[in-house]
Amino acid sequence: MATITIREALNQALREELTRDEKVFLMGEEVAAYQGAYKVTKGLLEEFGDKRVIDTPITELGFAGLGVGAAMVGLRPVVEFMTFNFSILATDQIVNSAAKMLYMSGGQYNIPIVFRGPGGSAFQVSSQHSQALESWYAYFPGLKVVMPSTAADAKGLLKSSIRDDDPVIFIEQERMYGNKGEVPDDPDFTIPLGVAEVKREGTDVTIVARSLMVPVALKAADALEKEGVSCEVIDPRTIRPLDIDTIVESVKKTNRIVLAEESHPICSVNAEISAEIMERAFDHLDAPVKRVSGADVPMPYAKNLEQLAVPDVQQIISAVREVAYLD
Amino acid sequence: MSKQAAEPISRAGAEEKSATGVIEAPPDRANLTKEKAAAKERQKDKLSGLDSDTLIHLYRQMLLIRRFEEKAAEAYSSGKIGGFCHLYIGQEAVAVGAISAIRTDDYVLTSYREHGHAIAKGMSCDAIMAELFGKVTGCSKGKGGSMHMFDKRVNFLGGHAIVGGQIPLATGTAFGSKYQGTDQVTLCFFGEAAVNQGAFHESLNMAQLWKLPCIYICENNQYGMGTSLERAMSLRDIAQKACAYEIASEFVDGMDVLAVRESVLRAVERARKNYLPTLLEVRTYRFMGHSMSDPGNYRTRAEIEKYQERDPIKLFSATLREEKVADDALLERLDKEVREEVEHAVRFADESPEPPPEDLYTDIYATPINSSRAK
Repeated sequence: MATITIREALNQALREELTRDEKVFLMGEEVAAYQGAYKVTKGLLEEFGDKRVIDTPITELGFAGLGVGAAMVGLRPVVEFMTFNFSILATDQIVNSAAKMLYMSGGQYNIPIVFRGPGGSAFQVSSQHSQALESWYAYFPGLKVVMPSTAADAKGLLKSSIRDDDPVIFIEQERMYGNKGEVPDDPDFTIPLGVAEVKREGTDVTIVARSLMVPVALKAADALEKEGVSCEVIDPRTIRPLDIDTIVESVKKTNRIVLAEESHPICSVNAEISAEIMERAFDHLDAPVKRVSGADVPMPYAKNLEQLAVPDVQQIISAVREVAYLD
Repeated sequence: MSKQAAEPISRAGAEEKSATGVIEAPPDRANLTKEKAAAKERQKDKLSGLDSDTLIHLYRQMLLIRRFEEKAAEAYSSGKIGGFCHLYIGQEAVAVGAISAIRTDDYVLTSYREHGHAIAKGMSCDAIMAELFGKVTGCSKGKGGSMHMFDKRVNFLGGHAIVGGQIPLATGTAFGSKYQGTDQVTLCFFGEAAVNQGAFHESLNMAQLWKLPCIYICENNQYGMGTSLERAMSLRDIAQKACAYEIASEFVDGMDVLAVRESVLRAVERARKNYLPTLLEVRTYRFMGHSMSDPGNYRTRAEIEKYQERDPIKLFSATLREEKVADDALLERLDKEVREEVEHAVRFADESPEPPPEDLYTDIYATPINSSRAK
């Protein structure tokens, strides 16, 4: 086990998969000569050459579609969006081509492609560069959506995503690249898609959190433990397919649940999880499902306003206290 | 700017071009000039030096598409075919001429007006008709319909129904050929309306930047649904747009199957040998509406009749007669043959079963999702 950053873990995953399979190539804006806008692709051009690590023009729709076409003829592209905000330009190719090709072709053309890059809230870049888009992509059958929260998950899930035969939306958190964690050294270390992890066991309240909200939820759980409230923190890690069984099992034990996410509340992933809980665990609930979401506003620039827009430890603590009827 | 002001320049310019007018892109100027001379030389031979079997095959393919589409229209009207159905009648020379210039292992991608390309690429009429009928024996198992036909066996990579959506995909299949070091080329068909999409410009830029063996074939039938080219495009000389990306381009008469073939052959050579893209503007005309539900009120009867005089099948049958490749008896026999083939396809489609209900949930993921743990 080595302790490395999420950035380094992703870099290792890319290096190992590029080494393992000639069909894997990496393309995107500034991924090669510039070494990646967030340095996730550092050193890869030097090691693998410009055939396999390719700088693209700023042409998101074009290179996303090119990647899907390359996947149709047997390659395994990893397409980096400098940030997922720019994937909005490529949505036609992600949704109408990548997600639907296997179905429309009656099972003939699967699309083994990974679209990856940072998403979620960033620091003080205002509305167009700071947003959570996972619920968009999770909506579409045919796509898989992955959001790691630790260095080990980042590595293991990215390797699985690259080896997967379907299109995977892999959203890294822009604020978390420097977070450190232990990562197994085994080059064949992978984490299967669609399997949640209990990040902390507890008995009183279940907290479901993903991406940036995982460390926030863990901090809240630490604080609540001192008050005598035992929280179980579950990270689904994959949004689609969603491991709802692990969440339901936890609710059956704790009878209370808080759902935390950075994204806007309307039509969000937590809205979906909430509905699933109603359908599958209603009789086990001792309190209504409580959601903690990003503010329902475009992200502001001013530091104080931005802090108000992203859920924090205190909001999660309050939500837990609410479902535990402690206030 | 008034319509009148813009019209004489580019319209007239386009019309005056020879059937295989070549527009040189700067880096390839010398080569293209040579090719242009060679093309003219070849054109002296009305039959492109082809043997009669090949000529008859081209004719038969065009006729097969025509009869297939007529039957599809009939089946649509009687409710056997649902949704949208965009017919290819009038444009047969483009798909047949172009696809005759490539190998079976070359890639073809096209738009939603695709039945003709599918037939020309060698897909079975039975499977195409069954797809239109929404049957499990269809080329996409009844999940794609008229606009999404695929056949991996002949590298027909679809029918794509967002205007211009197939252009980046085709650029990607060409990228795949170069990456894997094969000499397979890609033909990418699209209508002239797709040229206004960003996907077109983004793709051409990358294709030349990275030297990808993709041949972009713009089938200019002069109407994007009900909107004429004049009302939708500022620079109407589409072949010229290639200059913006330093891509070689040609303007081709799309009613002349041999002219299309010759021009695609030249593009294929550039692509196969040197990994170079080409843009072809193929001027054609659809004799029917945009889709089966379009009465086509935006065009005059006179305009349609003018183009019907240059019906690609009539033109080619006249050439075959003049050059003594075919006589009336042979042409009649071919017509009878293709009618039978199409009748067979209709019977096959009619008698085929619908997809079983459980097919609703298949082909969504290639790496299946474990449903006991994950929903």
